[in-house]
Amino acid sequence: MTAPSSPPPLVRVRDLVKHYQRRGVLRASTERVRAVDGVSFTIPTGETLGLVGESGCGKTTVARTVLRLEEATSGSVRFGEVDVLALQGNDLRTFRRRMQIIFQDPYGSLNPRMRVGQAIGEGLRIHRVVPKRDVPERVATLLAEVGLDASAARRYPHEFSGGQRQRIGIARSLAVEPDFIVCDEPVSALDVSVQAQVINLLTDLQNRRGLSYLFIAHDLAVIRQVAQHTAVMYLGHFVETGPTTEILSRPHHPYTQALLSAVPEPDPSSQRLRIVLSGDLPSPAHPPAGCPFHTRCFHPLKDGRCFTERPTLRPVGATETACHYAED
Amino acid sequence: MITRTEASFHHWRRSGGWLGVVVLVGMIAVALVGPLALPDPASQPDIVAGAQPPSLAHPFGTDELSRDVLSRVVSGARISLAIAALAVTLSLVLGATFGLVAGYWGGWVDAVLMRLVDGALAIPRLFLLLLLVTVWDHLTIVPFVLVIGATGWFGTSRLVRAEVLRIKSEPFIQAAQALGAKPARIVRRHLLPNTAGPLLVAATLGVGNVILLEAGLSFLGVGGVRPPTPSWGRMIFEGKSVLATAPWASIFPGVAIVVTVLAVNLIGEALRDHLDPKNA
Repeated sequence: MTAPSSPPPLVRVRDLVKHYQRRGVLRASTERVRAVDGVSFTIPTGETLGLVGESGCGKTTVARTVLRLEEATSGSVRFGEVDVLALQGNDLRTFRRRMQIIFQDPYGSLNPRMRVGQAIGEGLRIHRVVPKRDVPERVATLLAEVGLDASAARRYPHEFSGGQRQRIGIARSLAVEPDFIVCDEPVSALDVSVQAQVINLLTDLQNRRGLSYLFIAHDLAVIRQVAQHTAVMYLGHFVETGPTTEILSRPHHPYTQALLSAVPEPDPSSQRLRIVLSGDLPSPAHPPAGCPFHTRCFHPLKDGRCFTERPTLRPVGATETACHYAED
Repeated sequence: MITRTEASFHHWRRSGGWLGVVVLVGMIAVALVGPLALPDPASQPDIVAGAQPPSLAHPFGTDELSRDVLSRVVSGARISLAIAALAVTLSLVLGATFGLVAGYWGGWVDAVLMRLVDGALAIPRLFLLLLLVTVWDHLTIVPFVLVIGATGWFGTSRLVRAEVLRIKSEPFIQAAQALGAKPARIVRRHLLPNTAGPLLVAATLGVGNVILLEAGLSFLGVGGVRPPTPSWGRMIFEGKSVLATAPWASIFPGVAIVVTVLAVNLIGEALRDHLDPKNA
């Protein structure tokens, strides 16, 4: 997936699997929810990987397991030379400084009883980023960096708008000087005008600080603006990965094509077929046999093979696609 | 533009919290200073005359042993308020600790703690107290406070646990984890401050409860205060025998209980609103 010109990867994830055991009413009847079923990706230093898919496809679980907010069932996550999944206790807590997260919900992501200055200063104190007496000054610097006034430090989160709260959340992440930030749908809950501001802020910060992002979104319109590479996720699997421009201009997987047809087209004269998928995302507890997408696939060549044999990612054109008939 | 302090002040006035504070502070001041100015609550100047109705010499009247009801209510305030304050504080600390631990760590810790609490809640508190005081025979005031405090936190721990379970899934808790905060920090800085609401409600309810409980137990003669030391509860029950002929002996301590509980409730309600930053 890494283009030849790309810098060396900062984050390398291999065959990441996260299964939840769901316990039935009777203890014996456990079922396995395959939230993430073997995904691999790399993110080069200073670049962004976009991760797209419907709600419930496993995007957030990928992020949470990579960040060790949840334990992976199997697979490996390497961060530079560090084996992230092997870290324990204090080593893990210390390492957390290098990877941070920005949440979707601008309301739930800030403690309502903590002043903004305390919230941003928490990471500074935990990791002793600066001496204690310099914390207020650093908080002011961070606030300025995300475009907020220094006086915000004394106020409570509820006094701010959704977009401002997202900026506060970003400042909190930046405080510990991470190399890698997971942006978990950071603009999905915001007004369109505010979305653009927050996206610009994230891009500026990336350029200034050389950050790597894993940028989760449920539509391709946002991804287009931020990500060099994109992975399309469906039911716990990557179905297509590649350079964002290729994914957007020449998608090979039918699911990517369907997602793309939902992006509003700025040019009204361009005639594009709107693909509306029928049915819902199947339950990850009972994924379809064969290709996970076959229950909703509209590909004209769909046949028995799709029902029995699971396609794996393989190069098709400029992207990698998990579809038996991607060429046609 | 209204500053934060002004806004809080307005809020206090509106909610009647200030009234509660004035009443409670007044009550505590009287309890501390009053006994110096009033006749000895144990003195029986005119024992043959029996209970006297309120008069200039005895504004609250006298009880059937001819003791001055006013000075007994005032010295009773010391006992009743001290017992309530200490026992409720102990209950809150225990309830908050157990609720936070059970809610945050979950799993078997939660299961064990909550089954214990269920068991304790299944026994009425009065029975539990009677059982304990029977084992230890008569209790002096300090163990009495400990016993009341130690049996008053079960409900509080459930409230706190429920609140913790709700807050635990909020993204700001995950953010703290992602920042590398230790569990102790998450509990202290993020969970505890957000459980202040239910804790205050538990505290205000607890004060009324403890005053009444102390009254009942004093009446049964199993704990805390012994005659002739006055507590409000004891006075009500001692006045019971002459309720028809000398109701003032019971009414005045009863009024003291009602006023105190009301004041504490007003303060609790105002504090709860005040602590919620959205109202500040």
